[in-house]
Amino acid sequence: MLNTLKNRFEQGCKTNNYPKEKPAVFERYRGKPEINKDASLEIIEMCANACPQDAIDKDLKKIDMGRCLFCGTCERVSNGKFVTFTGDFEISTSQRADLLTDGDLPALAEHSKQHFKKLFGRSLQLRQVSAAGCNSCEADLNVLATPFFDLARFGINFVASPRHSDAIVVTGPVSRNMKTALLQTYEATPDPKAVIAVGSCTISGGPFLGSPEITEGLDTILPVDLFIPGCPPHPLTNLHALLSFFK
Amino acid sequence: MTNAFLEISNGEKIERKQIPHLSFNDFHKNILNIVEGGGKVVQYFGYKDDDSSIKFMAVLRTDKLLVTGCDASESYPSLAKTCEPFHMFEREIAEQFGIKPEGHPWLRMVRYHPNYQNKPDVFGNDYKEDIPGNYDYYKVDGDEIHEVAVGPVHAGVIEPGHFRFNCIGERVLHLEIQLGYQHRGVENLLHNVEAKRLPILAENIAGDTTIGHSLCMAQAVEALTSTKVDKGAKIIRTIALELERLANHIGDCGALSGDVAFLPPANYFGRLRGDFLNLSLLVCGNRFGKGLVRPGGVRFNMDDGIRATMNERLDELIPQVTHVLELLFSTPTVRARFEDCGRVSNFDADKLGLVGPAGRASGIGYDARREFPTEHYDKIDIPENKKPSGDVYARAKVRYDEIIQSMKIVRSLINTPIETECVNTSNFDLPASSFAVTVNEGWRGEVSHAVLTDKNGKILKYKVKDPSFHNWNGLAMALRDTGISDFPLNNKSFNLSYCGFDL
Ligand code: SF4
Ligand code: SF4
Repeated sequence: MLNTLKNRFEQGCKTNNYPKEKPAVFERYRGKPEINKDASLEIIEMCANACPQDAIDKDLKKIDMGRCLFCGTCERVSNGKFVTFTGDFEISTSQRADLLTDGDLPALAEHSKQHFKKLFGRSLQLRQVSAAGCNSCEADLNVLATPFFDLARFGINFVASPRHSDAIVVTGPVSRNMKTALLQTYEATPDPKAVIAVGSCTISGGPFLGSPEITEGLDTILPVDLFIPGCPPHPLTNLHALLSFFK
Repeated sequence: MTNAFLEISNGEKIERKQIPHLSFNDFHKNILNIVEGGGKVVQYFGYKDDDSSIKFMAVLRTDKLLVTGCDASESYPSLAKTCEPFHMFEREIAEQFGIKPEGHPWLRMVRYHPNYQNKPDVFGNDYKEDIPGNYDYYKVDGDEIHEVAVGPVHAGVIEPGHFRFNCIGERVLHLEIQLGYQHRGVENLLHNVEAKRLPILAENIAGDTTIGHSLCMAQAVEALTSTKVDKGAKIIRTIALELERLANHIGDCGALSGDVAFLPPANYFGRLRGDFLNLSLLVCGNRFGKGLVRPGGVRFNMDDGIRATMNERLDELIPQVTHVLELLFSTPTVRARFEDCGRVSNFDADKLGLVGPAGRASGIGYDARREFPTEHYDKIDIPENKKPSGDVYARAKVRYDEIIQSMKIVRSLINTPIETECVNTSNFDLPASSFAVTVNEGWRGEVSHAVLTDKNGKILKYKVKDPSFHNWNGLAMALRDTGISDFPLNNKSFNLSYCGFDL
């Protein structure tokens, strides 16, 4: 007992103060990309060619954050002359098209469906469906339940049954073998419901683009309300998305 | 045996013509000999050669790595019938190439996909259904017998898989684990994508083993292209692999604590795990180490500033982790639940070929860091962490010991300046008709990649093996004669990868 109390004392309170204050993230973290529109065509082309995801649109001078893995290759090969990644983790959108960006993102809170805020603002129950992918997206959703993030303080929880949930949170590129199970889970969730796509895999196929075993974009099979990009999205990105969209 | 095998080093480039090519019977006889004599299967797979013929290749390990090959036949007498470690490998070959191991004791699909050869399906599936359907589970008959089916969608935020329990009352007689839901076609992608995508794919085979799989790929490509890696990069990669081990082991200890309803360590470790993930982010900008390892070295250095920050964080974290571990392991109710739960005997573990902490918990000392050291491991003293009891307690205790050791390793490696030339572009010009196999001790155990190139230097076969490929049957074995309510605890004590298995 004494030992338990000693540990409790040593641990202290670790819950962060987001959204009141933004917690610091280490400097090398790659968040929202910023694009230098004045970069030479040559440099832009070099970045586009080096990008493993073909996520750079040379003509529009934009990055598709739905395909991007935030690997930082483009920033490094161009020495930041075309793309730099900022520490801003608030990068989710309500429209797939908005993910194609030059760094200027619409404010998520203003673009969320207002009736969702009314319905789910005080209590939001989420059913997570893991559908292929690499399990990092799941890990960084799970972490929201730990004391540092403490999702439950916002009235948001992950629940065991789709019947008890208001939204499904999908991760992974929806393999052929998981498609039916995912669609059944969606069906089992009572209306009105929201669909949240977490991670590059779910939004576009991510690293597994081109494989016949996967679905390239959850929005090709279900209506997606909220897109959270990243590989995986930082837990704070997830938190920001959930709070701005539903609160 | 001398002519039947070529002895190779971990991460050594071999010309394929050096590899013995045996008759099918000799191949089988010789690999059976080694494995029955205590050797282990590192890799055993089929591939389509330059001339479109199908061949088999096996990489075995004794205290050395041994490789050999042969032509495949239409079907063959199963080795698994008498020698269990071949069990899963034969099923995989049957699924990928439509070649049947006759008399296989449990011939079921592995990942549910059509074979690559357009041959009639060995399992009688037509693959029109999206969900792994036509699966004939092991059945137990009797008046009081009931079945419990769980998944693929689980109650928590975890990966999909199907678990079928045959129970009498609360007691589990048999558990069958059917996977494949996470199958993304990784190996086929590796055969076909542009070189720039290769490291990205390696990183995402299993995100919790990003560094383990990335190292296997990087070392294989480096071996094949004769690329040298500087000392600093090797140290950074070693630190990264140990940070990965720390984050996962700490997370597992928390999960185990949660499953015996002792909540303080569950919460503390949950948070502390995140702190260790953040140390990976400190180095490379990603919590799982994605983007760090590339053939040729690393993409991010660890300058004095990074080292100082890491040291500061460790000053705070190491005592906290140590104290919570002490709390967990000194609590009698926790001990009572861990001890004697889900025992896997040394005999069974050896037959199943268990690796990593699961193997060490059942008395199998193998640790690739000791026996086939890569990176900086030849200069680090890794203790033999084996335990005798094979229960949940032993699997937890292996993690306890490894957490303490890994914290020391990281601490000592960051004490002196680390200099490296960061790599932005890697050399992927693979030589023709060559072969390399790599082995690393990821946090779950032996990760291995094998790469074969064709006569034009294109990847002919890229074979990935996650330790979970060996260990899932260990979990099934642990559940025998255990109460079904102890499944979550046992499951956490193995904490295996679905995506690493499903590829
Ligand atoms: S950070 Fe994104 S856009 Fe840049 S190279 Fe990587 S995947 Fe491409
Ligand atoms: S988006 Fe990236 S991190 Fe998320 S599941 Fe896919 S590969 Fe893993």
